Amino acid sequence: MTSLKQTPLHALHLSLGAKMVPFAGYDMPVQYPLGVMKEHLHTRANAGLFDVSHMGQVIVRGSTFDAAARGLERLIPVDVLGLGENRQRYGFFTNADGGIEDDLMLANRGDHVFVVVNAACKDADIAHMKAELEPDLTVTEITDRALLALQGPAAEGVLGALDPRAAEMRFMDVATLDLNGVEAWVSRSGYTGEDGYEISVPSEEAAAVAQALLDHPDVEPIGLGARDSLRLEAGLCLYGHDIDQTTTPVEAALVWAIQKVRRAGGDRTGGFPGADVILGQFGNPVARKRVGLLPTGRAPMREGVALFASEDAADPIGEITSGGFGPTVGGPVAMGYVSTDHAAPGTTLYGELRGKRHPLTVAKTPFTPANFKR
Amino acid sequence: MKYTEEHEWLRADGDAYVVGITEHATTQLGDLVFVELPEVGTVVSKDDEIVVIESVKAASDIMAPVDGEIVAVNTDLADDPSLANSDPLGNGWFFKIKPSDTSQFDGLMDEDAYNALIG
Repeated sequence: MTSLKQTPLHALHLSLGAKMVPFAGYDMPVQYPLGVMKEHLHTRANAGLFDVSHMGQVIVRGSTFDAAARGLERLIPVDVLGLGENRQRYGFFTNADGGIEDDLMLANRGDHVFVVVNAACKDADIAHMKAELEPDLTVTEITDRALLALQGPAAEGVLGALDPRAAEMRFMDVATLDLNGVEAWVSRSGYTGEDGYEISVPSEEAAAVAQALLDHPDVEPIGLGARDSLRLEAGLCLYGHDIDQTTTPVEAALVWAIQKVRRAGGDRTGGFPGADVILGQFGNPVARKRVGLLPTGRAPMREGVALFASEDAADPIGEITSGGFGPTVGGPVAMGYVSTDHAAPGTTLYGELRGKRHPLTVAKTPFTPANFKR
Repeated sequence: MKYTEEHEWLRADGDAYVVGITEHATTQLGDLVFVELPEVGTVVSKDDEIVVIESVKAASDIMAPVDGEIVAVNTDLADDPSLANSDPLGNGWFFKIKPSDTSQFDGLMDEDAYNALIG
């Protein structure tokens, strides 16, 4: 058995009384003494601090930003070249079948692209980028920096107290801030549906920065449990569950992330793995689609629950890929894939739970209004 | 008060037992968000899965601690599952069961034995 890796905030988690669990090879806090429910509600009402140092931080560098961006566009079907300086955008690596290898964030940090990828995929992602982009570009994993997320309506006030430039940033801006003398690479983004920041700081300073944020009365530490319920209410995909190597961006309802310039007829159309499959699905009906689902009753419906078009239909028309209780919604929420003819919002479907079928409704996401500072 | 290895408590109440789950169990489960209780009048056997509970984390079952008939259920708990977290030994009770064989109750753990179990 391999031992679990620790983030630079491991000792802080233990001192805060976190319950630790293995996640993507790391020993991570799933909850603190406050508990998942209150951590979730606190984040929506005030601000929560998350340790996301397990995620991969990567710098892709060429002779210029444009060179790095053009290289990444061979792997990622989004407009990287058109990303303005100090701006960030969502994207994903695709495969030859049009499936998604991982989803990620890309930032234009002047002379390079800063990429943040999922913990469970980071080794594969970095190997993929190195194999496809080097030696023209250099792909460097940043292993000496921690990554924090500060999320919630109070985040601007909390981070702005340390560096007032934080308040001037808009949603998806990136900047280098000075947090008590520590150089922080900050983006105004997150994974909760709330306003907030993601903050990369040197590992040896991470605990001090985290403590400075936690010292603010509005901030509580938040574990992976509430991170999952927050992102689920926000309608955001979890890689390996809601999207994976077999789901295309069109099936996953992520077409908004593929800008026109990369679509058929665009100036830089295609040129990424699976382009024929993915671009061929634009404007053509796909067999299945990712949708939001609201169970009518109180029983949560979780990943793996089979979905049926009626109470007595023999064959399922879909399956839940993420589901649970939404503390802000005050009831169960879910998402999953359904056959496209059952994907219209308002459609009633039935989920099979312990041998009984319970109704749920196809619903638009997010389930809670997004509170971004655009 | 008696306890089961499944972290249920039983308290004699007339010719029935009130059943709930222990504070240790609710701490381990986290915030409860859903409770599905059996129908009153259901005849159950020891270890039948008769209650479904869901916390923010996962679903679990609660099993019948003894053979008997369900004679009451806590509908307040179904409406507000958090009662099991806030008052596990009181308002957070789950159901009342009328035993068909009282000797099963005597075979359950007392408080000292349960405390030793949970360490």
